[in-house]
Formats: sequence, C-alpha cells, structure tokens
Amino acid sequence: MRRGLPWLGLALGAGYAFLYLPIALLVLLSFNDSRMVTRWSGFSFRWYVALWHNEALIEAALLSLRIAATSATGAVVLGTLAGFALARFGAFRGQTLFSAMVTAPLVMPEVITGLSLLLLFVALAGLTGWPGERGVTTITLAHITFATAYVAVVVQSRLVDFDDSLEEAAMDLGARPWTVFRTITLPLIAPALAAGWLLAFTLSLDDLVIASFTSGPGATTLPMVVFSSLRLGLTPELFALATVIIAVVTVALVLALRLGRVASSLSRV
Amino acid sequence: MRGGAAIVQGRLVRLLVLALPYAWLLLFFLLPFLIVAKIALSEPAVGIPPYAPILRWSEERVLTLVLNLGNFAALAEDRFYLDAYLRSIRIAGVSALLCMLIGYPMAYAIARAPEHRRNLLVMLVVLPFWTSFLLRVMAWIGLLGDQGVINGLLLWLGLIGEPLRLLYTDAAVYLGIVYCYLPFMVLPLYATLVKLDPALIEAAADLGARPWRAFLTITLPLSLPGLAAGGMLVFIPAIGEFVIPELLGGPAAQLAGRVLWVEFFQNRDWPMASALAVALVLVLVVPIAALQRLSATRGLGLRAGR
Repeated sequence: MRRGLPWLGLALGAGYAFLYLPIALLVLLSFNDSRMVTRWSGFSFRWYVALWHNEALIEAALLSLRIAATSATGAVVLGTLAGFALARFGAFRGQTLFSAMVTAPLVMPEVITGLSLLLLFVALAGLTGWPGERGVTTITLAHITFATAYVAVVVQSRLVDFDDSLEEAAMDLGARPWTVFRTITLPLIAPALAAGWLLAFTLSLDDLVIASFTSGPGATTLPMVVFSSLRLGLTPELFALATVIIAVVTVALVLALRLGRVASSLSRV
Repeated sequence: MRGGAAIVQGRLVRLLVLALPYAWLLLFFLLPFLIVAKIALSEPAVGIPPYAPILRWSEERVLTLVLNLGNFAALAEDRFYLDAYLRSIRIAGVSALLCMLIGYPMAYAIARAPEHRRNLLVMLVVLPFWTSFLLRVMAWIGLLGDQGVINGLLLWLGLIGEPLRLLYTDAAVYLGIVYCYLPFMVLPLYATLVKLDPALIEAAADLGARPWRAFLTITLPLSLPGLAAGGMLVFIPAIGEFVIPELLGGPAAQLAGRVLWVEFFQNRDWPMASALAVALVLVLVVPIAALQRLSATRGLGLRAGR
C-alpha cells in the first residue's frame, strides 16, 4: 500500500522539527553558563542550583502539585460518572443539556470559565458566607469542573469501544451489578481512568488563566509565578524549570506506555 | 431472572450516577454563566464586589429591576471592542487554516505509516502538549526576540545588518497559536484518516484516477469531519486566548481574551468584563454547537492510549 511519497515523510519530519526544536532549545539553554540566549559560554548547572534555591517558585510548585492531585482525583470521580451516563444510559430526560455541559468546557475559552466561576464564588459568598476567602479551595473546585470534561470524554470513548456483552454475560450468570462493575467494567476502563487522571493533573498544573481568576491573595500557583517573571523577561532559571518538567513528563509517559501495554496484554488473555 | 427489588435498586444507582455530575455541572458551569449575564446588565460601582445589584428597593419601597444596557451599547459603539473581536476572529480563523495546512500532511503521513509505528508517531505529536504551555510560549520569546536565536543566527550569517522585529508582532501571535494548538488539529484528522478504507483509493487508481484526483475526490471529502472538528478545536479556544497575545503580541494585538483580562484585572470593571464574556459566548455559540454535533456522531478523536 505504501507508495513512494517522499514529500509526505518530509512534511512529517518538518512538523516534528517545528514541534520539538523550540523544546530542544529550552533544554540546551538551561545548561548554558551565560545569561544570553545567543552566546554559549560553557556547560553549567548553575541555573538548576538557582532554581533549587528559589523559594517562592518551589513553594508555588508544591501548591500547584497539591491542587493538581486533588482536582485530578475529583475530576476522575465526576468524569467517570458522567462518561458512564453518556455511554450507557441511552436517552434520558435532560440528556441534551447534560452532554452539552460535559463537552462545552473542553473548548470554552479559559477567560470565560475563569470569570464566570469567580463571579459564582463572589455571589455564593454574598449569599451564604462561603467561600470566605478565595484560594486553594476555589482553584481546586474550578479545576475539577473543567478537567471533568476531559475525563468524561476519555472514559466515554473507552466504554463505547469495549464489548458490553461481557457485562451482559456476567449479569445473565447472576452477578449483581456492583460485582459486575468491580470485576469486569472497572478493570476494563482502568487504563482510561489512569489516562484521565494524568490528563486532569497536567491541565491543572498548567493552568494560568482560570487559577488567576479564582485565586485569592494567599494562593499563588506555579504558572502564576512563571507568568509574572516572564513579563519581566527571560531568565535561564525558567529554562531549567522547563527542562525538569520535560524530563518528568517523558519518564511518566514512558512508564504509562509500558503499563498500558501490560494492561492491554493482560486483558487480552 | 432479576426481581423487582433489583430493578428498583438499579434505577436508584442510575439516578445517583447521573445526579452527582449533573448537579455539579449545573452549579459550577451553567449557573456561573447566568451570573455573568446578570452582572453584564448591572452598573459598575465602587465597592466589593464592584457592581450594583440589578434588583433593588426604590425610595417608594418598590422592588425595581434596574437593567443597564450601557455595557452592550459600549461594545457595539466603541470601535476598540469591535476591532478586538474582529481581529480575534481573523487571527483565530487564519491560525486554524494554517494548522490545517501543516497538520493535514502530518496526519496523513501518520495514518499511512506502518501500523506498529502509528502509536509512537501520534504520541510524538501529543507529547509537547503534556509539557508546560507557558514554558513553550517562552521558548518562542527566546527564538524571536531582538537578541534571540533567530536574529543572532541571521546577524552571524551576515544576512541582516540589524535585528529584525519578530517578537511583539501579529506574525509571532500566529506562530504561537499554531505551535500550541497543532496537536488539536492532527489528532481528529488522524482519527478520520486512519479509518479510511485504502481499497477506495486503490479502486480509484485501478480505474485510472491520478493520485491527486483520488485525493481530491475521495480522501479529502471523507476527512472533512476530522478537518471540521480540528478547525473548531483550534478556532474556539484561540479566540479567547490570553497568554499568547500577551507574551508574543505587541500592544496592538488586542484579542478578545486579552481585552476581557485587562477590563477585569486592570480596570476592575466587572460588568464590562462580563458583557465582553457574554459577547464572546454569542460569537462562539454556533461553532461550539457544530463541534458538539460532530463529536456526538463521530467522537473527537481525543482518545486515550490507542
């Protein structure tokens, strides 16, 4: 089937170069002793040391990791329920509204999501006194809301993909619904749950706009720190930060791929 | 086989599964929009929060509804806002087209690669998306700046005498959007192209169609849903983009998202920011509805794993 279409390979190579050259540049510059982007004055770890001693940044990173872990977990719970309802419930009353609300946050511009959630928190505080001060809690609630959409889509497509005759067979053999869910459905959708969690975690960790709207004076997340220092100009410390993130993501994805293969080979037995 | 109690129990479980995400989304997604719409109709005021209630007691102790349409009038009359929205639509639309031009050959090449390589190739498209968005935008500041890598290279080669203005231009905004949103174009395109039956192309070739003709009459029309989904996945978020025009664009790159941000954080005019949000939602209602129709029938191609 493959005919000689060299320009196709060329286009693909050029596309990957476009995607990866800027990233390669960040990694390279993080080891540059010079502050200048255009001058290489020797290999150095000094920016990593500076990064390690940047307390504001480390503190913000820890806060972001905490928010990301909590909101990813919340989003997996809600997103799995939503994905289930969409994939398995057939038609129900209010379905159009429900599926619109599940998928709209995927593309909704962040400024709108951020502004609308902030106004909700302000209105709620005016009516009920909660939330008294915006911060970690409000950011987490906002992140759960937009990440739920991503988890729901991932879980839904996994549920649609696999054969539900397995579940029916178990039911026919007299298994109770909860047993069916625990022993058949859950293991089958586990890779989707893991992928959804990682996706939600990354989205939360990366979010600047929604967090800026819903945060209060006490809570500064990593993207907020990065953004305010970027406005002042480039610092090689941020190149070092980027390299650390790229390394972590690469390792995590390789592990996930390995685990994914293990999981799918096990399910085929 | 199953008794009445089990059926009742099943219905209860069903209700619970649905109720939790439904209630959450009503509270944290739909209700906030209604509040935005309400505040867009209120008057700005000095205080916390900085807007006046639209329902208040008048001096004769009558509950009156005070609606302020001034924000929307300002939107329609003030060239600044109108220009910002038109510019957003233009920049997001052109960016989506550029993503199609770059993304289509990539998706096509991946779909025609040997099967065992496809997962890895798709993975390579998605991988940058998992690293920090802000830091990838930062890389372009390093590349495009007056003292950046590209200018340094051109100066060193002697092709230019003084640095070119690359950063803080519209071109930099296009580049940033295409760079960050390209995976959203490639994924749905790949998902439709990989499902295409190669026998169709072979049949066309056997009947004497040249490759280009086969592509234009078979492949392209069949991949239109993927192209449309990808276009929307780029166009819709790009219109509200804040970070890219703020960091890569000049002061003239006033896009809808950036205007809203400034109105809220710098001018502290919450009602105006809300009116801008309502206008943005109105602009996006049609594309979002179209995307939902597409995803309901075909899925978005944003699948985990395979």
